[in-house]
Amino acid sequence: MTTTTPPVPSHWARFRDSYLLYSFKRDLVAQTCLLVFVSMVAAAFLAPWLAPMNPYDLAQIDILSSELPPFWIAGSDPSYLLGTDAQGRDLLSTILYGARVSLIIGFGAVILQALIGISFGLLAGYLGGRVDAFLMRLADIQLSFSTLMVAIIVGAVFKATFGGETFSEYAVVLLVLIIGLAEWPQYARTVRASVLAERSKEYVDAARVMGFRAKRIMFRHILPNTLSPIFVISTVQVANAIISEAALSFLGLGMPETQPSLGSLIKSGFDYIQSGSWWITLIPGTVLVVLVLVINLLGDWLRDVMNPRLYKG
Amino acid sequence: MIAFLIKRLFHALLVMFIISVISFAIQDNLGDPIQQMVGQSVPESERATLREELGLNDPFLVQYLRFAKNALQFDFGYSYFFNEPTTEVILRHLPATLELVAAATFLIVTLSVPIGVYSAIKPRSPLSRLFMGVSIVGISIPVFLTAIVLIQIFSIGISITPFPEDIGWGSWLNGLLSTEGGMPAYGRGNDLTHVFGTWYTNYASWDSLVYLVLPAISLASIMLPLFIRLIRAEMLEVLQSDYVKFAKAKGISMRRIYFLHALKNTMLPVITVGGVQIGTLVAFTILTETVFQWPGMGLMFLDAIERSDIPLIITYLMVVGLIFVITNTLVDLIYGLVNPTVKLTGKPA
Amino acid sequence: MALLEVTNLDVRFALRQGEVRALRDISFSLDRGERLGIVGESGAGKSVAAFTILNLIAKPGYIAGGSIRFDGQELTTLKPKALQKIRGNKISMIFQDPMMTLNPVLSIGEQMVECLKAHRRISTRDARNIALNKLRQVYIPSPEKRLDQYPHELSGGMRQRIIIAIALLLDPDIIIADEPTTALDVTIQAEIMTLLLELCEKHNVALVLITHDLGVVSQVTQRTLVMYAGRVIEQGPTREIINDAQHPYTQGLINALPQMATPGQRLNQIPGAMPSLANTPPGCAFHPRCSFSMDDEGNPRRDCRGLVPGFVTSGNCHVACHMVRDLVERDPHDSGPSKASQGVS
Repeated sequence: MTTTTPPVPSHWARFRDSYLLYSFKRDLVAQTCLLVFVSMVAAAFLAPWLAPMNPYDLAQIDILSSELPPFWIAGSDPSYLLGTDAQGRDLLSTILYGARVSLIIGFGAVILQALIGISFGLLAGYLGGRVDAFLMRLADIQLSFSTLMVAIIVGAVFKATFGGETFSEYAVVLLVLIIGLAEWPQYARTVRASVLAERSKEYVDAARVMGFRAKRIMFRHILPNTLSPIFVISTVQVANAIISEAALSFLGLGMPETQPSLGSLIKSGFDYIQSGSWWITLIPGTVLVVLVLVINLLGDWLRDVMNPRLYKG
Repeated sequence: MIAFLIKRLFHALLVMFIISVISFAIQDNLGDPIQQMVGQSVPESERATLREELGLNDPFLVQYLRFAKNALQFDFGYSYFFNEPTTEVILRHLPATLELVAAATFLIVTLSVPIGVYSAIKPRSPLSRLFMGVSIVGISIPVFLTAIVLIQIFSIGISITPFPEDIGWGSWLNGLLSTEGGMPAYGRGNDLTHVFGTWYTNYASWDSLVYLVLPAISLASIMLPLFIRLIRAEMLEVLQSDYVKFAKAKGISMRRIYFLHALKNTMLPVITVGGVQIGTLVAFTILTETVFQWPGMGLMFLDAIERSDIPLIITYLMVVGLIFVITNTLVDLIYGLVNPTVKLTGKPA
Repeated sequence: MALLEVTNLDVRFALRQGEVRALRDISFSLDRGERLGIVGESGAGKSVAAFTILNLIAKPGYIAGGSIRFDGQELTTLKPKALQKIRGNKISMIFQDPMMTLNPVLSIGEQMVECLKAHRRISTRDARNIALNKLRQVYIPSPEKRLDQYPHELSGGMRQRIIIAIALLLDPDIIIADEPTTALDVTIQAEIMTLLLELCEKHNVALVLITHDLGVVSQVTQRTLVMYAGRVIEQGPTREIINDAQHPYTQGLINALPQMATPGQRLNQIPGAMPSLANTPPGCAFHPRCSFSMDDEGNPRRDCRGLVPGFVTSGNCHVACHMVRDLVERDPHDSGPSKASQGVS
């Protein structure tokens, strides 16, 4: 019985022969973006070992050395490569720690969005009827209110409910929650659309005829086939979540200055831009833009590769 | 047509109902209005009386119905901070936001359509590639950062002097890289012209119009790349269609094919997306107004959050909800007028 | 002089994987009022040929050589503006799928009037009158109402009638119809075909009919051109081709018609499938599927594998086949392997 079946190619072999890898090898932009992205993520998560200072450690901060410019400008201090911020923290270290906070919130929020969105999308697409109508109407209303607006409102409510100090203490968790709750409709819509497309196909009918239960059909049969659109929007969503976090922090509804993310660094620097200390806001800003840009470019590339219908440019 | 309007009205009422419930729930759970009103020094017994007088001890439903009844008469109570009806506070801030959104929308519409169409007609030209490259960078820059960079360049000014002054071109090149600054980047200026009621406009004189420039560019910068990419993608798809080929086979001029046959079909999905993006635009006014201290509703809302001015927060939510409902209905109406396959009877034909 | 004269036309597509030759060395001519059928399986290059006549092939495709002369005018080198004056005016087209051919957001009237206005200085009122007249000619019921309707309000058959009316608007010399009935219901196919034939005869319009249906070709056209893998392999009077096909491929096509099968038996198939244009076999592209390409010992003939067959004249037909050439050279009076001489009725 089993002797005649050809060997199933391993996951690695399948990946090695895939079009994804093939086109990656030929795309210089994608390679550069992945390299930049991986090194930024690595630098951010290795911050405690890489950073010359610990911005959370008040003992290391010297208020006298505040607002020092970066190394290429006259009046800089060589021990602070990118200068210092208004509180005398080393900007390079603060950016590394801040990028870590931004990435944690970005990924956390996307995981939460995906969990909520995929479950709702599967339910809506598979069950149809009233569940579908209700969930999609909810998603429509939330989307028409715009995800950022929802995030700002939820953030404002949280801040008012918990009070400023508690909010600051649990800011990371709360921001994940806020952005996760605000952006699930994107996932739900995408998953629902692919479920509707998949549901009409024969293998789902076959599974139903064979007596599999709805849950099994959804998770074992339909979900794997909706993975590539989920994968593609996930990249864009991570970029969006990082921007949303930065926006909330900039509005004072996010990370406090003592525990800075890239967004709150930009905010704290903005107050000093008129006095000429542009680096406190613009260097973290550049880091944020580069991070978001490489994720967006990777997302673009993935969409081109995984969706051949759009391929002909 | 009438059936469509009734259906839309019903939908609008539903949305407003949901927003009002959420707003009311916020009101009920947030902070302590008594403390906001009277401060710390008033004794507890007096507070309890006040609480009873304001009806804060009534059951949830009774309180909601009272809230809804007042809301229908546009009465959302008094702002704690301004100590005047919230609707008046909103009306005072509304024109600034509307003028900013109008300027940004003008920029978005006049730039995205020609650029999107051009880069679809000539997808391989260097200019199109430049547009597409700039637009993906544009999407990746948060609106407040664009605003900050604009302020640095055009308001504060930058001076970079990498070239030595004594060589012939040195000072000229340095001048090219540096900017003077001086563009206004704070508030609406003092030369506003009164139109009527609470409406003072920036559009009446050049001196006040310059105050709009940087905020409007910032606000537009987030939507513009999105629309350029959307219009290009849709147009590229439409240009592949059989009806465009058939129009060519009929000997119609390319101009008419691009700007009537293709563009009209391209705009259908763009209108739908545009409707959704209006909400996003309002959200981004909060950020833009914060950076530029533009005295509109967004800045007012953020200040209200800082001050826990709950009646004002709620009024803002209700007004913004109303704006969304109205614009979405308008967008659906426009869509129905442009697309003949949608009969305005409530369901697609 | 012929109305349309296509000689040695060569069309290629510059794709990422390399050049694909879609049409090779296509030559044919069309007289005023004549009806020509172009037949072949899908992928043979029929549609490319149709679109190339009006220089409508889209970007990666281009004309690499040859000439197309219409009424003495060379079309391949014509300026876009001048070409525009011929499209829809002197030569018009009918597309395959009427559901996709009309612009969904413009009314029927707009789409007809714009065509007239593109080619004539004419008032909208006059243009509408001409449009109405043409709609009557294609038997559209209550044409006044149709002008203000949109495509989605009409059935597929109705839309194809409107497309025919648009094709006739400016009384063209030639209509190129690319599979005009394939996308329609079987019951409507014959109606549309009859209408097209009637109108062409009445107005003395030449017709280039692209189809894979030999039955339709035999009813409508006077001359037929058979295409395989981007080349013309046989052309001649339709009657002769149907009754006495020379090329083994044409014979195969005719034998595959349902009318040729014995009831209760399977239809006669040509073994194998047509090669993609990206890798056509060397020599005669048909040789891997051809039962005559083997010699008596069962080895493939060297000619068929190695040499692209040239045209030989057999009767009134031109055939590109090594075997037919051999037969003709051996005995000029014999007309090849008359396997399919029973004909189709």
